[in-house]
Amino acid sequence: MPIRNIIQAVNDGLRTEMRRDPSVVVLGEDVGHFGGVFRATQGLQKEFGDQRVFDTPLAESGIIGTAIGMAMYGFRPVPEVQFADFIYPAFDQIVNELAKMRYRSGGQYTCPMVIRTPYGGGIRGGHYHSQSPEAYFVHTPGLKVVVPATPYDAKGLLISAIRDDNPVIFLEPKRVYRAARGEVPDGDYTVELGQASVVREGLDVTVAAYGAMLHNCLEAAEQSEEEEGISCEVVDLRTLMPFDVETVLSSVRKTGRLVIVHEAPRTCGFGAELAATVGEKALLHLQAPVTRITGFDTPFPYAREEDYLPGIERIRNGFREIVEF
Amino acid sequence: MPGTMFSILSPDGEVNSEADIPALGLDQQLHLYRLMCLNRMVDDQMIRLQRQGRLAFYVGARGEEAAIIGSAFALEQRDWAVPCYREMGAALVKGFPLIDLFSQFFGTSRDLTKGRQMPNHYASYDLRVTSISSPVGSQIPHAIGLAMGARLAGRDDVALVYFGDGATSQGDFHVATNFAGVFKTPTVLFCRNNQWAISVPVESQTASRNMAVKAVAYGIEGVRVDGNDVFAVYDVTSKAVAKARRGDGPTLIEAVTYRRGGHSTSDDPNAYRDIAEVEPWVERDPILRFRLYLTRQGHWDDDKEQAQEEEIRAHIRSTLEEAYSSGPPSLDTIFDDVYDEMPWHLREQMESVCLPEEFQPVEQGT
Repeated sequence: MPIRNIIQAVNDGLRTEMRRDPSVVVLGEDVGHFGGVFRATQGLQKEFGDQRVFDTPLAESGIIGTAIGMAMYGFRPVPEVQFADFIYPAFDQIVNELAKMRYRSGGQYTCPMVIRTPYGGGIRGGHYHSQSPEAYFVHTPGLKVVVPATPYDAKGLLISAIRDDNPVIFLEPKRVYRAARGEVPDGDYTVELGQASVVREGLDVTVAAYGAMLHNCLEAAEQSEEEEGISCEVVDLRTLMPFDVETVLSSVRKTGRLVIVHEAPRTCGFGAELAATVGEKALLHLQAPVTRITGFDTPFPYAREEDYLPGIERIRNGFREIVEF
Repeated sequence: MPGTMFSILSPDGEVNSEADIPALGLDQQLHLYRLMCLNRMVDDQMIRLQRQGRLAFYVGARGEEAAIIGSAFALEQRDWAVPCYREMGAALVKGFPLIDLFSQFFGTSRDLTKGRQMPNHYASYDLRVTSISSPVGSQIPHAIGLAMGARLAGRDDVALVYFGDGATSQGDFHVATNFAGVFKTPTVLFCRNNQWAISVPVESQTASRNMAVKAVAYGIEGVRVDGNDVFAVYDVTSKAVAKARRGDGPTLIEAVTYRRGGHSTSDDPNAYRDIAEVEPWVERDPILRFRLYLTRQGHWDDDKEQAQEEEIRAHIRSTLEEAYSSGPPSLDTIFDDVYDEMPWHLREQMESVCLPEEFQPVEQGT
């Protein structure tokens, strides 16, 4: 089976779906001839033509607003927002228009669309190339939010997201765009939205993470088991809205402890929602308070990003503290 | 140069230029006139109901009927009307049944949009009248996308998007007009310059000489038309629609008109503008102008006017009764249509307020 990184998997997913479904179109800044600043759309314009893969003027609200009109017409646009940090000019179009079109029209108009955007820190990008805005979109009824962590999931989730009849925010962990490599089948396959995956089994602590942080959590889990005998079960959430509460709960019922790791700021971050939900549904299974290991409630600090991001040491400390509580 | 204002009829219904009279049959002219009168009579009735406390809110279009209805009249059924909240007249032209409009205004179970939005925010996919949102100008990029969709699908439908003078200050207007120019989309951008954005006059909205001139910077054609002259509006919009349909790109139309009422029932315009300013626009009333023209041509008289008024009044009254007979949408509709399928968390929330079917009390027969 071919080995691909996440960028190659995204590219392959787009190509696979565009071959299958002529209603899929790709638009955005630099996505056409150049193939995207991260090369995720490389070769697509050559194969599918400049009517289905096209560069737009530099205006995110226009990219999303235009894509909304195309989706209302019956297409399945996959707009790229070059960095998640640049998505805010399109915030009104996403939150007030895209997310609410089905609801406010009584189900008459729908906007099947996948907004692909690279997110997260760790690439020396400062606070305009490092943000993790998932909580805004999880908080917006009508949107689905998907965050792959591996190449296999990136392709399978992307194809599912394109086929989904709801708008999907598809956040790609750019820190591991090329570092995460793995087997990715050629051709058509899907990974279902709304399903988490237990990627490492363990007995003492459940660790819930997504995106680039999943890789830190796996590394921390290996080290903690080897050096301290703490056995961690790692859950890759994969979809944040709607999130797979059952997989997390069944793991927590086994381990009695939950650590949530994300790089977005803590307050009102996704971890807060997950912690509250687990508290509501499994309080008596918990042997310790739910622990959140997250980015700080600050803007993203360029020169100290490795201290801002939950690193292996912070995550391992979290494991130790929750076990010793 | 987009600066001179095109008109065909003078305020007293005289023909300025015979050659420009659009080729509309008498039936069409009378239909156009009836729709303008219907728009005004529905507005008047709804504003009365709002004052009586029977309707939450209403946006009327008094004085702007020619701009709204004359432009929509240039569309084919397959074309897209992309309105803001003041273009009920365009919906009427597209064939929106009064009962569907009233059901939306009252938020009843018959409302096509299931009581999800405040009055004046109707939508119909079948009629190609898009869903309305309140943030000003946000619909303009959608019209670019609809037009690009039509072209990509190999069809020749056109998207006509409405917005007011206030919307030309929004980023979405500039972004969308730029996209329209770059992609040469089959779009008509229709600016209904009614000179007031709630309490802010158009002079405080822009330093441009007019709205049509804004087209120049985006490399598209700008046209300025007397928005109270239904023939002139129909004529310039028809030409813009035909141009878009044959692939020759977008047009920005500025229809110069005047908002005679408040922005909505929630504001009193006398609190922020001199009532004397309104008077000349009463004389330039678009419905009166068209009526005078039809009368001069021998096609209309007081008897016909009275008969039509009675017919419309009866239609409104019976439709109101029909609309009142429906209750609010059922409670569970709160949770429908957020997604195509209800996710677990919404199902939980729904079940917290709606008893599952098996627990609902069974009605006892007698």
